[in-house]
Amino acid sequence: MIRFEKRPQPSKAFAYATPLLAVLATFFFGGLLFAALGKDPVQSIVTIFWQPLFGEFAFFYRPQLLIKGAPLVLIAIGLSLGFRAGIWNIGAEGQYIMGALFGAGVGLAFYPAESFLIFPLMVVAGALGGMLWAMIPALLKVKFGTNEILVSLMLVYVAEQFLASMSLGLLKNPEGFGFPGSRNLQQYPSAHNAEIIAGSGMHWGVVAAMIAVIFAYVLFARHKLGFAIRVTGEAPRAARFSGVNPGRLVVFCLGASGMLAGLAGLFEVSGPAGQVTIDFNVGYGFTAIIVAFLGRLNPIGIVLAGLLMALTYIGGDIAQSQLQLPAAAIQVFQGMLLFFLLAFDLFTNYRLRFGRTEVA
Amino acid sequence: MDLSSINPILLVAALMSAATPILLAATGELVAERAGVLNLGVEGMMIIGAICGFAIAVETGSPTVGFIAAAIGGALLSLLFAFLTQVTLANQVASGLALTLFGLGLSALLGQGYVGIKPPRMPDINFGPLADIPVVGPILFSHDPILYFGIVLVACVWAVLKFTRLGLVLRAVGENHEAAHALGYKVVRIRTLAIMFGGACAGMGGAYISLIRVPQWTEGMTAGVGWIALALVVFASWKPWRVLLGAYLFGGITQLQLNLQGAGVAIPVEYLAMSPYVITIIVLVILSADKSAAPGSLGRTFHASS
Repeated sequence: MIRFEKRPQPSKAFAYATPLLAVLATFFFGGLLFAALGKDPVQSIVTIFWQPLFGEFAFFYRPQLLIKGAPLVLIAIGLSLGFRAGIWNIGAEGQYIMGALFGAGVGLAFYPAESFLIFPLMVVAGALGGMLWAMIPALLKVKFGTNEILVSLMLVYVAEQFLASMSLGLLKNPEGFGFPGSRNLQQYPSAHNAEIIAGSGMHWGVVAAMIAVIFAYVLFARHKLGFAIRVTGEAPRAARFSGVNPGRLVVFCLGASGMLAGLAGLFEVSGPAGQVTIDFNVGYGFTAIIVAFLGRLNPIGIVLAGLLMALTYIGGDIAQSQLQLPAAAIQVFQGMLLFFLLAFDLFTNYRLRFGRTEVA
Repeated sequence: MDLSSINPILLVAALMSAATPILLAATGELVAERAGVLNLGVEGMMIIGAICGFAIAVETGSPTVGFIAAAIGGALLSLLFAFLTQVTLANQVASGLALTLFGLGLSALLGQGYVGIKPPRMPDINFGPLADIPVVGPILFSHDPILYFGIVLVACVWAVLKFTRLGLVLRAVGENHEAAHALGYKVVRIRTLAIMFGGACAGMGGAYISLIRVPQWTEGMTAGVGWIALALVVFASWKPWRVLLGAYLFGGITQLQLNLQGAGVAIPVEYLAMSPYVITIIVLVILSADKSAAPGSLGRTFHASS
C-alpha cells in the first residue's frame, strides 16, 4: 500500500529538485511526442535545446535568447508577486498589448519629431497602459469582490479586439499603401528600442528585466511588503491579524504586474517587433505563467525559467524549419512542462510511505 | 445601417444555437464546482472536444459519433486535471491554467490536417407539422438534436442534484469534504467523476462550435467561450436553471452583435466583437456581491490525513 503523508515542513531539497525533474520528464515525454510525430526524438531535443546555444549558428541564436527571454522574465516577475499572495492575474497578455499600444501611440504621436525625450516618454506610457488595464480587475475585486481571474482574462479578448481596431484604424501607417499595421518604429530613431550593444540582443527591455529581478528579490527578502505578500499567500487569516490590508495588496500586486507586462509590450513593439500589427503579440503573457511557476515564483528561478522558455521558442523555430516539427508541438511541450512541475510538486509537501495503513 | 434586416424570430432561433456551447460547458463545470472542484481548464477541454469531434466526424462521416468522441476526448483531458488535483494534490487554479495551455497546444497539433475541410452536417430534428407553426415553429422546432440535448441535460442535472441521493452526496462533498469523508464517502472518487462529467460536457460544447456553429476547424476557435462558461457558473449562483437563462442571455448578446455587424451598424466591428466579454465583466460585477451560494469547499485541496 502506498500513501502520502504530509511533511511537517515543506522539503527544501524537493523544492529545488522539482523543476529539474519536471524538465527531465518533459524531455522524455516530449521525445515520445516527437517520435509519435515521426521525428527522431533525440535529434529533435538536440535541435531545440543544444543548437541555439552551442550549434554551428549559435552566434546568431544566442542574442535571441535575451530578446525572447526579457519579456518573459519581465512579465513573470510581475505575475509572481500576485501568485505568491494568491492573487491570480492571468490577463498579462492583455496588459502587454495595452502597454504596447499606449507606448507606441505616444511615440507615433510625435512622429517625425526627433528628441531623446520621446523614448522615455513611451516607456512611461507603456507602463501606465499596462497598469491601467490591470487596475480594472484590481479595483473591481477590491470594490465588488469580483473574481480577478475571470475579469483579467476577459480583458485579454477585449485588448485583442482593441489592438485590431487600432492597427486597422488610428495607428495605421498613413504611408502603408493600405496594409494594416502602424509605422515601423525601427525606422524612427527617437522611438526605436535599439540594441545597446549591437549584435548582443541586449536592448532596454533586458535592462528593465534585470532591474525588475533585483527589485523583486529585495522586495521578497528584505521588504515588509514582500513579507505581507508571502504571509497573505500562506496564511490569509494570519495576514489580516498582522495588519495587512488585503485591498491594498491586490491593487499593488495587480498594478505592478500590469506595469511590468505593459513595459514588456512596449519594449517588444518598439524593438524586435517594430510595429503595431494585429498579431504582434505571440502569447508571451500566457507563457510567462509557465515561467513564473517553473521558476518557483522566485526571482532568480524566474530568470533561469525564462531563459529555458526562450530556448524552447528559438529551438522550436529551428526545429520547425529544419525538421518540419509543427509549431504547435512546442506549445504542447511547454504545457507538458507545467503539468509535470505541478505533479512533482507533490513531493515538496508530502512524502511517500510504503506499508499497510493502520486503522486510526 | 439597416436594422430591419434583423428578423427577431430568426434572432431568437439563432441565439439558442449560439448559447448551446456555453450551456453545455457551463452545466458540466457547474457539476464539478458543486463537488468542490474549480476547474479553470474549461477552455482547454472545449478546444480538445472541438478537434476530437471534428476529426472523428470527418473520418467516420457521422456527426453523432463525432460528438461522442468529443465527450470522450474532453473527459480524457479532464482526467489529467483530476490526476493533478486529486492524486498529486496540486493547486487547482494552476492546474486548470495548465490544462488550458496544454489543450490549446494539443488541439493545434491534432488539427493540422483538418484546416479548410467541411464536416458532415448534423440534420435538424424533423418535427413534421410542428415546425410550420408561425413564430413558435422556427424558434422551438427547427434545431439540431444537440441543442435539445443541452436543455435536457440541464433538467437532468437539476433533478439529480435536487432529488437524488447521488446529488446529495455530490453536494455534501462540495460543501464540506472533511464531513463527507468522515461519513464514509469517497471524496476523491466522486470528485474525479464530477471532473470527468465536466470534461465530457465541455468537449461536447467545443464540438458544437466546430461541427454546427462554424462549421470548420481553426486553431483557437473557442475564443474564450470556456472562460465565459466559467463566469456563467458564478452568474448562475451554481443553480442549473439559471445557467440556462444566463447562457441564453450571452447567446443573445453574441448573436445580436453578429447581426449588428451584418446590418452594418456605424459601430466598428471590433467594438461589437468585444461586447460579449465586456458584458460578462459587467454581469460578474453586479452579481459578485453575493458569494453565499458558492460551495463551501470550492477550490480547496482534500487530503485524507489532514
